[in-house]
Amino acid sequence: MKVVVTGVSGKMGRIVARELAGAGHRVVGIDVRPWPDPPPGIEVVLADIRKRPAEDVFRRERPDALVHMATVTYLTHGREARSRINLVGTQAVLEHAHTHGVGRVIFVGRHTYYGAAPDAPLYHTEEDPPLAVHTYPELADLVAADLYAASALWRHPEIDTCILRIVYVLGPSGHGPLASYLSARRVPTVLGYDPLFQVMHERDAARAVASALEHGLRGVFNVSGPAPIPLSVLIEEAGRPAVPVPEPILPRLLGRFGFSRLPRGAVVHLQHPVVVDGRRFRDATGFRYEYDLPETIAAFRGAFPPEGAAT
Amino acid sequence: MAFSLLRPIPVSPRVRARIERLEIPWNRYGLDPYGIDREELARFFTLLEFFYERYFRVTTAGLRHVPTRGRAMLVGNHSGGWAVDALMVIASVFFDLEPPRLAQGMAEKFLERLPFFAQATSRLGQFPGLPDNARRLLEDDRLLMVFPEGARGTAKTFFERDGLVRFGTGFLRLALETGTPIVPFAFVGGGEAIPTITNLERLGRWLGVPYVPVTPYLLPLPLPVHVVLVYGEPMRFEGTGREADDVVVGWVDDVKRRIADLIRKGREIRRGRLAVSALEEAR
Repeated sequence: MKVVVTGVSGKMGRIVARELAGAGHRVVGIDVRPWPDPPPGIEVVLADIRKRPAEDVFRRERPDALVHMATVTYLTHGREARSRINLVGTQAVLEHAHTHGVGRVIFVGRHTYYGAAPDAPLYHTEEDPPLAVHTYPELADLVAADLYAASALWRHPEIDTCILRIVYVLGPSGHGPLASYLSARRVPTVLGYDPLFQVMHERDAARAVASALEHGLRGVFNVSGPAPIPLSVLIEEAGRPAVPVPEPILPRLLGRFGFSRLPRGAVVHLQHPVVVDGRRFRDATGFRYEYDLPETIAAFRGAFPPEGAAT
Repeated sequence: MAFSLLRPIPVSPRVRARIERLEIPWNRYGLDPYGIDREELARFFTLLEFFYERYFRVTTAGLRHVPTRGRAMLVGNHSGGWAVDALMVIASVFFDLEPPRLAQGMAEKFLERLPFFAQATSRLGQFPGLPDNARRLLEDDRLLMVFPEGARGTAKTFFERDGLVRFGTGFLRLALETGTPIVPFAFVGGGEAIPTITNLERLGRWLGVPYVPVTPYLLPLPLPVHVVLVYGEPMRFEGTGREADDVVVGWVDDVKRRIADLIRKGREIRRGRLAVSALEEAR
């Protein structure tokens, strides 16, 4: 298949593009960031997904599928830019897919869609509503993008649209909010809370995207790997110094004194779990993760050794 | 592991041996898929062993009615200003059932908001009382513990201690939906252990709990009294869980009556008028 991958130059974008190319697909990536010398089978077009040159890619290449990964988090972008890229960008690429006869669309989303809350079920199924938009405003545009992308299922019924809500990824690339959180000199936790965290290897996440594409999935799917573990175990295995801080003080320390930079709303995600049930995806694709948790965490730890550790 | 208040407790050999016999799939971190922590559980049961075996005088009857495998729901009354009843049920099926089982309660949601309680409940398998959580555990053939009176039940005063207040109906719909047998039980003596005179709701709200029970000696600390736990024969209901409310309420009342009956037996045992052996031979 010929596949357009938006956000291809990001760490996760590259891993997914390589996976797709490795599976024999032709990848045309779109990104505002360059990817010098991409491997064979991957072509990169420098363009903003909201601008005309991006549509030209669809017009010229007539792709069979779109993998939309050009969504951003608080880590790299401010509020306004986030909502423009996440919402307007998603709208634009879905329109192009519709106009230019793309048969399959995959929206690569996040399991934090469900949000963390004390009264949330331990395992979320795809039907659960997003719970934490009011406590974690930095997630709101991603939640909206997820729901908007899912609306393509009825707006463009001719396209097989697939929404993937993937758990936290970890691996040698250091991609993602979890890696960023763990990479701080002091990793803050909330005293008296130890929520479950669900983590999978970035390669496995990329394999899941490829698998969803090959199966032409339609609908919303949670994607998970190994069973969840408490945050304290995750931090310990990653060789990081966990610093438990009472909840009222924590927001004032974030981003200071070597503590991880997190939005205030993220504190609730350090208190309560966001865990998803990935059964529907496994049943639909037969997907099995390759990397267990010790391997996954070790891969991250190897690439980003804790300070003061012998390398 | 995270800082835990149970950390300094050395695990008793008896608890260690029984933990190994629990039918829970531990992974290499000593965790199950719900985040139950084997070591934390062992420390918790070591603490509980003291209260179950020494602090309270506990009489347990009818434990043979608790299935040793497969899904089941322990459904009983609240007695005592806070979860002493739940702790004794958890202890009884762990220490006196062969093989031991872990009773998983449907915890009050406010516990999830409180530091340390939130951590403890999630590591010990006592999850927030949500239908989704209950359904998942039952489908996984776990042993669920339900107090259909909810916080209304723990708020009973000393004078109401052996009565029953309004039952929720969610548990029965779940039992129907998942084909789960209901094992009724009565807990008697909790009202004597924590003799609540009144409940302070404003102080409670300030502390993030529904209320704070006040006893004649002010603090809601339990007294070392005789408590009785009576399990009754399993009850099975045929249905889908989608029945009209009046149908379900009728069945809930059946369960409530059975529990009231077990409470009467428990009171007789507690007063020494009924021998446990007589109860065991009756069936």
